[in-house]
Amino acid sequence: MIPLSSYLILGAILFSISIVGIFLNRKNVIIVLMAIELMLLAVNLNFIAFSYFLKDMAGQVFVFFILTVAAAEAAIGLAILVVLFRNIRSINVDDLDQLKG
Amino acid sequence: MDFEKGAFYFFATILILAALRVITARNPVHAALSLVLSFFTAAALWLLLEAEFLAIALVLVYVGAVMVLFLFVVMMLDINLDRLREGYWDYLLPALVVAGVMVMEMAVILGGRYFNLSEMPKPSGADPGYSNTRELGGILYTDYVYAFEIAAVILLVAIVAAIALTLRKRKDNKYQAPSKQVSTRRADRVRLVSMPAEKRDPGEAS
Repeated sequence: MIPLSSYLILGAILFSISIVGIFLNRKNVIIVLMAIELMLLAVNLNFIAFSYFLKDMAGQVFVFFILTVAAAEAAIGLAILVVLFRNIRSINVDDLDQLKG
Repeated sequence: MDFEKGAFYFFATILILAALRVITARNPVHAALSLVLSFFTAAALWLLLEAEFLAIALVLVYVGAVMVLFLFVVMMLDINLDRLREGYWDYLLPALVVAGVMVMEMAVILGGRYFNLSEMPKPSGADPGYSNTRELGGILYTDYVYAFEIAAVILLVAIVAAIALTLRKRKDNKYQAPSKQVSTRRADRVRLVSMPAEKRDPGEAS
């Protein structure tokens, strides 16, 4: 049998990979969005593992809602990306300096 | 090593390799395809955890819809890759330190004596008539019905927001104006002209 800790450590590894991804691809907004999706996947894996080992369906309901919100987030994020590209012809984070902050 | 353990380590290896490929691929299209692979493998892992409905929902909703949207946007944008990749490895060291510390902390907590894995034994298998979908739907539409409706509203807001963000007015657009169409009168469109009747030329055969 596979203990709960294996799933949790796998989730932690996945989460850390996406953190490294955000560090490395800090200029590319698309890959940053993909890394955020990976992070949500790691969180969902933890939820489902706990739901299985504790025999509690509430974890799966939460995963359902996380999937919903993540889909909405991806749709709005990509829409913002398209508008951004239409305005400045680039998705490089370094070019996003119009607010002069 | 039994089948379940072998399957778990097989899928976990593929999942980690695909995730690494997502963050290191040079071409964003390859990154998106690797993300598809990692979602698919995660769905297989969820099947091992007996969350069948969510596993299929992940494949249908994520691989089928969200990732296609990603691929669509990636292919639509004309990206200058060289500028995006410059200084790519600059922050590798701090990133590895942060990630390594996080994994180490989790491993220390989960692998230690005090986590008491024996308190969480593997649950007994489900009955033959057990349906994960029926179980999930049973509490989703009773205990969590308000949360479910809020989720529906969130999706609606996301649709409206995505359309409102990307909508643009073009000067050469042709569109109907229903209010003008409805309020028009006969006099605006039809002009009755009275003309004198003419005699037919008798020499011409009809």
